[in-house]
Parts: sequence; C-alpha cells; structure tokens
Amino acid sequence: MELKAEKITREFIRPGGKTNRFFAVKETDLTLASGKLTVLMGRSGSGKTTLLNMLSGLLMPSTGKITADGRDLYAMPDKELSKFRNVHMGVIPQGQTAIHSLNVTENILLPFGLYGDKPDEARAKELMERLDIAELASARPAELSGGELRRVAIARALVRRPEVIFADEPTGDLDDENTAAVFTFLKECAREGAAVLVVTHENEAVNYADEVLRMNAGTLEQG
Amino acid sequence: MKSLAMKNLRGRPVRSAVLIVLAALLTFTALGGTLTVASLGKGLDSLEARLGADVMVVPKEATMKKKFEDIVLQGATGYFYMDSKRAQAVMEREGVGEVSPQFFLASTGSSCCSIPVQIIGIDPATDFTVSPWIKRTYGGELGLYDIVAGSDLNAFVGDKLSFYGVECRVAAKLEKTGTSYDTTVFTNEDTIKALISSSLEKGMNDFEDVDPENCVSCLMINAADGTSPEELVNDINIHVKKVKAYKSGDMISGIAGSLSGVSRMIKLLIAAVWVLGLVILLLAFTMSVNERKKEFAVLRVMGASRGKLAGLVLKEALLTCLTGSLGGAAVGLLVLIPFNGVIEQTLGLPFLLPNFGSIAGICTAAVVLSVLTGAAAAAVSAWRVSRIDTGLILRGEN
Repeated sequence: MELKAEKITREFIRPGGKTNRFFAVKETDLTLASGKLTVLMGRSGSGKTTLLNMLSGLLMPSTGKITADGRDLYAMPDKELSKFRNVHMGVIPQGQTAIHSLNVTENILLPFGLYGDKPDEARAKELMERLDIAELASARPAELSGGELRRVAIARALVRRPEVIFADEPTGDLDDENTAAVFTFLKECAREGAAVLVVTHENEAVNYADEVLRMNAGTLEQG
Repeated sequence: MKSLAMKNLRGRPVRSAVLIVLAALLTFTALGGTLTVASLGKGLDSLEARLGADVMVVPKEATMKKKFEDIVLQGATGYFYMDSKRAQAVMEREGVGEVSPQFFLASTGSSCCSIPVQIIGIDPATDFTVSPWIKRTYGGELGLYDIVAGSDLNAFVGDKLSFYGVECRVAAKLEKTGTSYDTTVFTNEDTIKALISSSLEKGMNDFEDVDPENCVSCLMINAADGTSPEELVNDINIHVKKVKAYKSGDMISGIAGSLSGVSRMIKLLIAAVWVLGLVILLLAFTMSVNERKKEFAVLRVMGASRGKLAGLVLKEALLTCLTGSLGGAAVGLLVLIPFNGVIEQTLGLPFLLPNFGSIAGICTAAVVLSVLTGAAAAAVSAWRVSRIDTGLILRGEN
C-alpha cells in the first residue's frame, strides 16, 4: 500500500497568549511506500506525533489530503475509515495503552474483536514469543512493567498483519536488547511488504531505516 | 464489543456494583411505590364493593366511639342490636329499595384465631352485599352451623370451630378482599341467632335482655329508583328514632382522603428517588468516561468507529441497569407479596394486591423504565465519547 500526504498542515488553537493559533505541522508532502521503513526524528514538540496521527486517520489535517492507494482517507465516512484503520493499519501509540479489564492475550487479539472477526491466535502467540511476553499471556496490565506494556501494544498493532505500521516511540520503555529486537522486528515487517513509519528519539533507529526524516518546528526535512 | 463491555464491568467491580445497586433501587422504588398505590386503590374499590349498599342503618348506640365504622372499615370486633320493630319502621320508609338485615356477634376467643373474630350473620334470602363475595368461592347453600371464613383466618374448609360452645363447620373460605372481610366469619341468620342465644345463656353477651328472634344489628339498604341515598339517609334520620343512617360514600370518604394522602407521598418519594438516581447515574457515567478517556482513544486507534465507542458505553449501561433492575424487581416482589399483610396493618388502610397480570405489567414497566433511565443517563456520556478527538487525547498524554 502507498500512503501519500499532499500539502497537509495542522493548525491548533492554543488557549490564551497573544498568538494563539499555531501550525504544529506546516505544509508537508510525504509518501510511505510498501517495503520501506521510514524513521522520523526531531525534538519534542516539533510535530512528529501530530503528523503520525494525521497519517493514521486519527487527526484530520487543516489543509491538504492523505490518500491510501489513491483513496482519500478523510473523505471516507467515520465507519469506513475506522474499519480501514482496523484492517490495514497498525498503530503503536505513545505511552501505556493497554485495556485494563483485559489480559495480555485479550488485549493483543482485541483488534479482531472490534468487528467480530475470527481471532488469529497463532499470530498472537507468535508475536508474544517474538516480543518475549509469551509467559505473560494471562497477566493483567496492572501486573506488567512499562516495557512489557509497550511490547503488548506492539503485538496488538501487528496482530492483523497491517499494510501500514505507525510506531510512536515504540522503544520508549525498553532496554537496549529489546530496543534492538523491536527495530529488527519492524524492519522485518517492512521486508514482508508493510510501509512502516517510526517516530523516535533513538539514534539507533537510523541503522534500520530505509529513509530518515526530521521534523523541525513543524517542517519536515530529509534526515 | 459485547464481551468487552462485560469484561469492562467485571474489571471494575466496585463501580459496577454501585451502578447495579442504584438501578435496583430505582426499580424497587418504582415497583414498590406503584404496586402500593395500586393496592391501596384496589383496596378502596374492594371496600366500596364490600359495603355493597347505598345506605346502612344501625342502632344509635352503635355510633358511640365509631363502633360501627370501626367494625366495617377497620376490622374491629363488636356487636349491637336494635329491636325488629325499629328495623321494620326503617324498612317501611318511602324510597327504600332492596333491604337486608345483618346480625353481628364478636367471639371472645376461638381455636381458629389468635385475635377475636367478628361474626356476621346474613339472611340469604334477601342479602345482596355479602352473598356475591361468598358465591365467588362457595356455590352451595349455607346450612345450619355452616360458616364461611375470611381469607386471613387460620381455618380451612372442613375444620370445626367452636363459638360459645356451638360447633360450626367451615364450609368455604373467602378469597382475599383487603378489607375487614378478611378477618370475619360469615354465617346465615339461623346460625347467628343460635350463637347469640348461646352467648346470652353463657352470660357472655353484653346485651343481656336482647331477644335473638326479634333483633337485627344493621340494615343494608339500596335506595329505590327516583330516590337518592342522601334523601333516604335524611329521611330515616329525621323520622325513625334511635337509629342512625349512613351513606356508604360518606363512610369511606375519610379513608379515601387518607389513601389519597399516602398515594401522594409515595408518588413524591418515587419522583425524588428517580431524580436523585438519574443525577447520580449521569455523574457516574460521566466520571467513568472521563476516567477512561485514554482507553476509548486507544480503541479508536485500533479501529473502533465513533458509533462503536458510543455503543460500548451504552452496552455497559444497559447491562448494569438491566442486572440491577431485575434484582430490584425481584427484591420488590419478595418484599411486597409475602408481606402485604404487614404493609396493610402498618398503613391502616384497605390494601389489596392487583391480580397477577397487573403485577407482571407493573413489574415489566418498572424494569423497562429503569433500563431506559440508565440508557438516557449514559446517552450523554456515549455522545461525548463518540465526539472525542483521539489525536488530541493521545497528544495530551505525551
């Protein structure tokens, strides 16, 4: 799948202050192609997550459009766009994002449950083993460390074998060994045909990237 | 999503329990209150039917300390007599239509009852007030020493009960009326006269010089066509000495007034509980959604549509409210049906539970209303969840 952003911007209104309108993302063009791992770096507050949210169909751009294989994402009705994201996109958000009433396996299989699809338990098991959380299959989120929760979120995003993967600081809570394992894994996903965008501060990510981009105060630059 | 709603509820047991208890309280209040008001209304209807006559005439001494009213309305025991000549004078008044005498006696103790029992004798040939009730459960003729027991009396068909040394056979039991009939024993004119004679012989009757063959306790009268009950009451009270005529409607007006007051209080209580319940449910659902905002954002990231998020909130609300409502209805029925006698005694008003169909209807309506109230309270939160800006929430968490 090719995900293409054309002249997208995102403006926010900040409460109070003299200049209360600002652009988190200035006019940007970007293409995420199948089989390619793109790393997006930049300082905090530079607009990386905002760009990722727009690309994943979660935040409507103020201007411009985003297409997936030619289909305008934001022209789709919410129901259609949501289902599209469920089937074709895997998003690893920042922070701890487990559903607390579900155990690890249920959290990972949840994307299937949203639309009553048959859960791919073998894929979930494979991901848990790859991410070294197989022993935690029945554990509750409250019993897990920050790093383990990150790996649960990664497994959940990848369980449907999405064509586009968005990872926002996927290694934030991980040690060096697990960080390397996750980047290797994301690289493998790209090799298998997914378009992968990783937003990170980790310099190590550059070693796995097919393309490195930088955000600087809302402006996208080649790394 | 349905199983997610269930798991979310199980995952927050305290919050779910509070919501379930609240829904149960709403249903219990609606069911209990409505059923009580309906039972009071039916009790009053039953009382009106139990009086069964336009006008009642008793000897003047029966009006002392509301003796007659207490027997008829409150289920107290007592007896009084007037000479047949006075009864005859009443019967001869113009405007008297149907008329039938009744004979009262109160037992001072019987194996059938832990409380003194009111015994009422009727003349089956002329009676039009009690016979229709008896015919509901007993189609035969009442023979000598046959009695019909009120529904609350501890006596069964075929039992032998002794009154003043006279053994009587329970021929039938009345169905529940919610009135003083439920603690009364009925018999025919011959039997009551035999009982009165026996009580006199044993020196256990306050009216020592009464002649059982020439006395009655009261006359039940229907006004003739063209005469209003008011006119008849006035006529009898003016022209027949030593008797007092009552209009049935006036006798129960006090009870109707009390009943109306109790009903109004119950309705106010229901309204107060429901307003409070609705506010608490609204706050509970709002707080729950605020607390779980990030969780909803994560579901959105996974591909849940806005409609699915709203549906999840509504499903959780419906599941809790349905569980609570069914529990509240069960508790309400378990309290009201077996303990309706206690409620009747506590309120001191005629109280007759509606039939099974009506109870089922009220019960269903209370459950549906509670569930809809829960859904309405959750709808606000569901709408808010469906409007969340996932990007902004996730961005805010960074």
